[in-house]
Amino acid sequence: MDNIQTVVVLTLGGIGATYIWRAMGVVFAARISTESAIFLWVTVVSYAMLGGLIARMIVMPIGPLGEASLTVRLVSFIAGLAFFFLSGKRIFPGVVTGVGLFTLLQYLSPMI
Amino acid sequence: MISDPRAVSRLALRDAIGFPAFTLLFSMIGFGSLVHQSDLPLLMAVALTAGIWGLPGQLTLVEMHIAGASIFFVVLGVALANARFLPMVVSFMPLMPGRSSRLASNFALAQMLSINSWAAGLRRFPDIQPELRRRYYVLFGMICMGSGVAGTVIGYVSVALLPHEIALGLIFMNPLFFAVLLAGVKARPALIALLVGAPLGLLFHLITPDLDLLLTGAVGGSLAFFMTKKERAIPRP
Repeated sequence: MDNIQTVVVLTLGGIGATYIWRAMGVVFAARISTESAIFLWVTVVSYAMLGGLIARMIVMPIGPLGEASLTVRLVSFIAGLAFFFLSGKRIFPGVVTGVGLFTLLQYLSPMI
Repeated sequence: MISDPRAVSRLALRDAIGFPAFTLLFSMIGFGSLVHQSDLPLLMAVALTAGIWGLPGQLTLVEMHIAGASIFFVVLGVALANARFLPMVVSFMPLMPGRSSRLASNFALAQMLSINSWAAGLRRFPDIQPELRRRYYVLFGMICMGSGVAGTVIGYVSVALLPHEIALGLIFMNPLFFAVLLAGVKARPALIALLVGAPLGLLFHLITPDLDLLLTGAVGGSLAFFMTKKERAIPRP
């Protein structure tokens, strides 16, 4: 285990580095009207960032997901999305199908 | 328009105790077990979940640290991974109007914002009387945070009981859940932003991994904004 000092600095650093964005958001938000074009632009920017984040998490994951092959990640993700739309945009069937398939393929992958 | 406070509370409870709480519980189980496997303390796992409150940034912190990056670069990495909170907070707070004296409380409320509460607020707020939206948001956020913290502890403590494939599947659940949560959006500007943002996210990650999300947001968001200039409604997921 790392020494306690490293753990504390790392934890507080990570929390502070995230909170800065939130605090800046509160400051800017106080000056923006929901009727303005800037407000719509910022909303759309959020969607674009989330779209990019999701794609990166699936295709080029930073974390432990990298252990699973790209094929497994992509196939499970597409299957999950497909079931979401086929079931009339219901979240449960989509997520269960995708995660179930992913876990199954992970169990099978050493055998293939 | 819902104007009864109790009805708003019931709606918040019903919306939160379902998929959001469930997904957070299980994806944070995946995170808790990762922290344990990385030989880091339980208190740190809990502090990261409640303090960062965004799985991508939490994963970035643990992974970069394990990979041996210096504290400075780990913290920088977390900051860049979480830059999305700036536009998310800016596009969310004005939807919950309050007296100017309440501005200070916005700094506390901003901590609870996540993809879940952001999407839930954008979807529900138009049906809720403006003064009651904070009530919805706080209840929804507290339930989400409670289940996220509970999941972190469960995952940390039960790491030996949890097969590795399942822990990995729980982490995979996160991007998939985000995707289906947002893919249902009807407004064209939002849908275009998501679809344009996805390939741009990959492209910018290859070119400049540190600034990928900032550039994706600025370029992809602006493209979607100008492509749909005639539509001026706030997108509801």
